[in-house]
Amino acid sequence: MSSKETLYQKFVEKAELVSALVTTIESEEAAIDYVINLCDTKEACQLLVSGCEADLSENAEALCDAKQTKVIAAPGLKQDLYKSLSTKAKKSGFDCIDSGMRNHLAGIDIGFTIAEYGIADTGTLMLDCPSEELRLATMVSEYHVCVLPKSKIRANTYAIEKMMLTRMNKTPDYLAFITGASRTADIERVLALGVHGPLELHILILEDQ
Amino acid sequence: MQNANDLKEYRKELQESLDNEFLRTTLDNFAVAYKAGRANAFKGMDVRGLVHDIACSKDAAGENYEALYAEFKEKAEAAGIHVHFAKTGDEANQIIAQIAKDTDCTKIVKSKSMTAEETLLNHDLEDAGLEVTETDLGEWIIQLRHEGPSHMVMPAIHLSRYQVGDLFTEVTGSKQDSEIEKLVKVARRELRQKYVEADMGITGANFAVAETGGIGLVTNEGNARLVSTLPRVHVALMGIDKLLPTLHDALRILKALPRNATGQQLTSYVTWITGANECASAENGTKEIHYVVLDNGRSELLKDSLFSQVNRCVRCGACANVCPVYRLVGGHKMGHIYIGAIGLILTYFFHGKDKAKNLVQNCINCEACKDVCAGGIDLPRLIKEIHARIQEEDGHPLPSVLLSKVLRNRKLFHTLLRTAKWGQKPVAEKDGFIRHLPMIFSKEHSFRALPTIAETPFRDWWQKNRPAVDKPKLRVALFSGCVQDFVYPEQMQAAVELFAANNVAMDYPMEQSCCGLPVQMMGEMDASRDVAKQNLRAFEPDAYDYIITLCASCAAHLKHNYPKLVMDRPALKYRADAFADKIIDYSSFVNDVLKVQKDDFRATTEKATYHAPCHLCRGLDVHDAPRQLIEKGGLEYVECDEEEVCCGFGGTFSMKFPELSAELLNKKLTNVEKTGATTLLTDCPGCIMQLRGGLKKRGSNITVKHVSEVLAGNRK
Repeated sequence: MSSKETLYQKFVEKAELVSALVTTIESEEAAIDYVINLCDTKEACQLLVSGCEADLSENAEALCDAKQTKVIAAPGLKQDLYKSLSTKAKKSGFDCIDSGMRNHLAGIDIGFTIAEYGIADTGTLMLDCPSEELRLATMVSEYHVCVLPKSKIRANTYAIEKMMLTRMNKTPDYLAFITGASRTADIERVLALGVHGPLELHILILEDQ
Repeated sequence: MQNANDLKEYRKELQESLDNEFLRTTLDNFAVAYKAGRANAFKGMDVRGLVHDIACSKDAAGENYEALYAEFKEKAEAAGIHVHFAKTGDEANQIIAQIAKDTDCTKIVKSKSMTAEETLLNHDLEDAGLEVTETDLGEWIIQLRHEGPSHMVMPAIHLSRYQVGDLFTEVTGSKQDSEIEKLVKVARRELRQKYVEADMGITGANFAVAETGGIGLVTNEGNARLVSTLPRVHVALMGIDKLLPTLHDALRILKALPRNATGQQLTSYVTWITGANECASAENGTKEIHYVVLDNGRSELLKDSLFSQVNRCVRCGACANVCPVYRLVGGHKMGHIYIGAIGLILTYFFHGKDKAKNLVQNCINCEACKDVCAGGIDLPRLIKEIHARIQEEDGHPLPSVLLSKVLRNRKLFHTLLRTAKWGQKPVAEKDGFIRHLPMIFSKEHSFRALPTIAETPFRDWWQKNRPAVDKPKLRVALFSGCVQDFVYPEQMQAAVELFAANNVAMDYPMEQSCCGLPVQMMGEMDASRDVAKQNLRAFEPDAYDYIITLCASCAAHLKHNYPKLVMDRPALKYRADAFADKIIDYSSFVNDVLKVQKDDFRATTEKATYHAPCHLCRGLDVHDAPRQLIEKGGLEYVECDEEEVCCGFGGTFSMKFPELSAELLNKKLTNVEKTGATTLLTDCPGCIMQLRGGLKKRGSNITVKHVSEVLAGNRK
């Protein structure tokens, strides 16, 4: 087996261990179809999992009421890719945005992004997001769908250290390692997904070479 | 928080924790799950090598902290960040309150920061009229309850889902049930509102990287990313211990931190912030960022040749995860603000003697924390050292003064023991136990029966029965320790019999005395040093191939602590090093040096389980030898759950905290009984005293023996 293939398998194994949903795709267009499908099948505002059935204090309820239609956010995509996504989203009746994330802090349905690197030994995505829009898309979304080019999987964090330093030296910078969905075990050590960040992390590994 | 005035009050508080069924069950489950999770997370990795590398890197960073701070500040400022230095916690809080005032901030969201807990930041900010909301779920819960964290990584581990459900009902004004999944979602939505309203975000920092002037934040919930993104002002509060020269140093720590903290390979989010970032809610579109770097006693610590290693702490909380005492009483009782082993130490330096004086006595010295520490800090040693320092400052309590006096004079000590033999006559039973506890013991001590002093001490027996060994293949000295000398001489006699049969020539230097560990445990460093000198003079290390002791605690103390105790006396240090090199425990000597074989012993059908003494498995890193000897000695070895967890003896600890000792013993014996074995073996007379006494009280038929007794008994 080639070392690339070994890294890929290790990445998938580790990412799935932390409950990421991993799918391999052949093209960027397939990623867009995946997002549209996912958005279509998911409940608006994830009624049950995100706790909409629970009574809250008035302020918190009010924030939630602000959200009506399904929203896909995809800041930082290449223009043609965004255009394609936006067209398909509209056809399916979803809002598609690439800016103005602060108007959607109650939550969006899907944040769609592209990772710069994957780290095999922990199943981690590395996303450099100095842009606030991109950052928020990965945080306030209920589902985060992230494309990872297969050729960008590296063995461990040391292997991307140089790349990280290059980015950090071009300040300001805001870089993230993302491993699985947002989680907590703060109540009785029982694992619960989706505390402040996404309830689900979908990783689409793109066969790019 | 630890606010007891004296040990009596502290013990009362401990009892309250012991009576808390929920806490006990949670911490028990956690302790067991943690161990498995951690082992799995580190599988295939060179953990010792990693810990060593982290220790070296952190030590170097500590030595160089001033230069690192200068570089960090310069880089950060060049990237548009304001950097402040705070000498004390109060100063840090004032700086942060002032930033809020200058930037017209009124609502603050916080991401978990132990440093902010240390400075009691929330109190000061609230006094300044600011609204502060913790966003980490556990921190939010304890904030709403007006409590401090009871664990470094899981601050609300002491609470049940029902308590949280009731709390959230109060907070939302709507009835909430107790399903955890739902409670988490309630917090998600309630807190989302807080992020939206906040104008200032406060975080800690896990790493302050000098080469980039940036910080790294490790979280699972993702709240640190929101706190550092949404509000227009971001303040990060960090101790100088977070300074590291390079990103590589941080990435190295990141390999150990989550694995050691929660058994995760990595937390969900690791966030690296460098420079003043884009922020749509700020007037000029750029976030205002302040770093507040805190000293608060850390630079003093770094100057101390012994305590500077505290700088290696990466706040993973693992020392609490494995601490048998924490497991019984929880973090509110096993710490002030910082909890667990590191908490006992930091409390003294950050919060003062009064907060630490009771806590430091609550270390059973089992070394589980030292064994698991991501920075390789010798936590038990530092705790004892602080105990000694406090006694130097406050005066020594009567019992430890008396014990010091007695132990410093071998003849007096041994005369007292011989006299005790006569004194116990009226209460001694034929079975080797004391019938009623003497008056000096209160009823809390009745959880175990105590043994009587032996009719003939080992040293007297030796003088009459010393075996002659012709053509010896090895020459060794025996170190008996007090318990085997005066209480269980038969264990030594069993060893002598086996050694002689294997052509080992033996000496028993008569001037030897107690190893000194009991007085060291009581914080009596001077007495401990005097006793060590006495023993070093009694033994001529060059005359022997090995110096053997059947007591794991003596062995570990002689080997590791003697050279440290006489460090300032070069000639004696040289001797102590040679002495320490020759020290070996019974099982390692018989199994690994003498290499006895299965054929040398009769086979039986007896099932035996094992208790690993703390000072054997962790103190000397001996694991296989005794278990192999059990099999070789003709018994069937049955593994016991939590075999390497403390039995609760801890020498003087069991006298000082009988309630805790009783509970630890209780757990141990329940696990032992579960194995179905009829014999329980171990390598330490202190453990034997505890285990035998406990089983006697339970009316159990399990016999407890030293490994040496079984081997001598089954020898062909």
